[in-house]
Amino acid sequence: MEDNSKGYWSATLGLLGKILAIWFLVSFGAGILFADALNGIKLGGYPLGFWFAHQGSMYIFIALIFYYAKAMGDIDRRFDVHED
Amino acid sequence: MDLQTTIYLFVGASFALYIGIAIWARAGSTSEFYAAGGSVPPVMNGMATAADWMSAASFISMAGLISNMGYGGGLFLMGWTGGYVLLAMLLAPYLRKFGKFTVPQFIGDRFYSKSASTVAVLCLLTASLTYIIGQMTGVGVAFSRFLGVTSEMGIYIGMAIVFAYAVFGGMKGITYTQVAQYCVLIAAYIVPAIFISLQLTGNPIPQLGLGSTMSGTDVSLLAKLDQVVVDLGFGKYTTTTAGSTLNMFVYTMSLMIGTAGLPHVIMRFFTVPTVAAARSSAGWALVFIALLYTTAPAVAAMAKMNLIRTITPGVVMQNTDPYAADSQIKYDERPDWMKRWEKTGLLKFADKNGDGRIQYYNDKSKNDAFKAKADAAGWKGNELTVNADIIVLANPEIALLPNWVIALVAAGGLAAALSTAAGLLMAISSAVSHDLVKGIFNPNISEKNELLAGKVSMAVAIVVAGYLGLNPPGFAAGTVALAFGIAASSLFPAIMMGIFSKKMNKEGAMAGMLSGLFITLFYVFAHKGLFFIKGTDFVDMIGGPNSFFGITPEAFGAIGALVNFIVAFAVDKVTKEPPEHIQHMVEAVRIPRGSKAVDGAH
Repeated sequence: MEDNSKGYWSATLGLLGKILAIWFLVSFGAGILFADALNGIKLGGYPLGFWFAHQGSMYIFIALIFYYAKAMGDIDRRFDVHED
Repeated sequence: MDLQTTIYLFVGASFALYIGIAIWARAGSTSEFYAAGGSVPPVMNGMATAADWMSAASFISMAGLISNMGYGGGLFLMGWTGGYVLLAMLLAPYLRKFGKFTVPQFIGDRFYSKSASTVAVLCLLTASLTYIIGQMTGVGVAFSRFLGVTSEMGIYIGMAIVFAYAVFGGMKGITYTQVAQYCVLIAAYIVPAIFISLQLTGNPIPQLGLGSTMSGTDVSLLAKLDQVVVDLGFGKYTTTTAGSTLNMFVYTMSLMIGTAGLPHVIMRFFTVPTVAAARSSAGWALVFIALLYTTAPAVAAMAKMNLIRTITPGVVMQNTDPYAADSQIKYDERPDWMKRWEKTGLLKFADKNGDGRIQYYNDKSKNDAFKAKADAAGWKGNELTVNADIIVLANPEIALLPNWVIALVAAGGLAAALSTAAGLLMAISSAVSHDLVKGIFNPNISEKNELLAGKVSMAVAIVVAGYLGLNPPGFAAGTVALAFGIAASSLFPAIMMGIFSKKMNKEGAMAGMLSGLFITLFYVFAHKGLFFIKGTDFVDMIGGPNSFFGITPEAFGAIGALVNFIVAFAVDKVTKEPPEHIQHMVEAVRIPRGSKAVDGAH
């Protein structure tokens, strides 16, 4: 158990940075900027870039929020600032 | 049983359910009125948030928009869901820890300034009121279409229903009716989608059906759709973007930031018991939203396919020549659902070349090879005008589904419109009774009187919203974009900086909010007229339409947010830092320990 508010906050920001990077990559990256290139790859009947824009990024968003909720709970307990 | 009776039965049953909940969930304290007593379980709050969020526009119009836009329509899908990632990580848990009833109260306390909270109230009221106009007209349209009453009558009925549970139940009544409304609307959306996916691809899950091969052929549904729409002169379905790639990028970002900053969504997270619950609740909200949002693109593509297959059956199923004289069906032999929707005016046919057949194609195509083929076939212009809303509304009929499915869609559309209207009314009335009456005019108001003030302002807000719905200002169409622009450019950055920058002071925050708001309104008004009054646009002054790197006014919120951040940090640098106790408050907001039930103390 660690106990300092600076450490807690930088752990939080580190987690946010990682999640936002994935958030950006799947939607703005795979769904928009690189969609044309990815469309060359097929996922079943889906061109991959189109799939990210119309399906995939939403599934990944959900996973990201639940991962965040879990990882944040772990950080809370590590720094002993969790709710009782 | 005939269709109209079935619809009355389904809609009547759903209304009885909402009223029943209203009687059960009356609010006896301000805490129940503003925040449902702070005791809503996270999964249930997720459901209520989903209903709150998904409006008549999401339910009725979105699939049609995507159907017309193709790949570019993905900006709505990503934008309106990606915002929840931002909301879950950047705002919701911290605002829940702060533990007060409203968004302006956070901004006022954090920036130790009544002026800051007043600016926030103004932004909130403008964003919510503009948003609610669309909902009330949506309520009217839904009633008139499904129940055969006039649009005005529909708005009166809608007002009465919302009145019943919002005035007496406040947030508590609204929360539990929204849970019920979610169940109705999601069933109404998914049931027809399953049937249609099954018919077209043999796969009952629409999300997988969209990526499957078409029944009776060996090509994938999307490849087939690409081929037939290109033959009709439209852009390729899976690659056509919305404007430039940059515009699609910025538009998506604006919708995400705007979603995270909309007060009626944020305040739903004040109703959960803990900070941890606020985090997971955002995830549940997105699960319930994504159920509809991942189905919508399947509905969009499949309905487009069905429409084209209805008009040119051979082209879709046997690869016949789309330009051959007998490829298109005769108008006299059109199916019954087309006749029904022609009566509503949402579907129009004009036989421009006088051959008695329906030619549906893109007569604005710039492709010379296509134009030559169309001319050679004797086509004299597109003959079928299809309103985008038909994609969802007529979907069950196009697929020949039983009457009860059509009735379910009617109840679902009404649930979507009513639930969002109620959430917005809650945001408006709490801003008035809590932030204005208690916060500014009469800080010593008793709990009992504040509850009364809340109920009165809710009643007034319903009447105002109803009035605006009955007499929509000429600008109604552009208003939802404005609501997102305001939320993105003013509220989101201010709240985020209040949490993530300990040193942000009131001068910086206010300068940021005002400049973000101003630049966004300036760009929107330049295109659409001052306060949307026709003839007052000044788009030439800024160098023609979309002059800022080709960005459309709807997509401008993200730029406004950027301006907000830059101005705020610049002003913050040259003014003095916030007082010690405010910095301690920010530190306290950042950690979950010590969270209490929300209350209204100032």
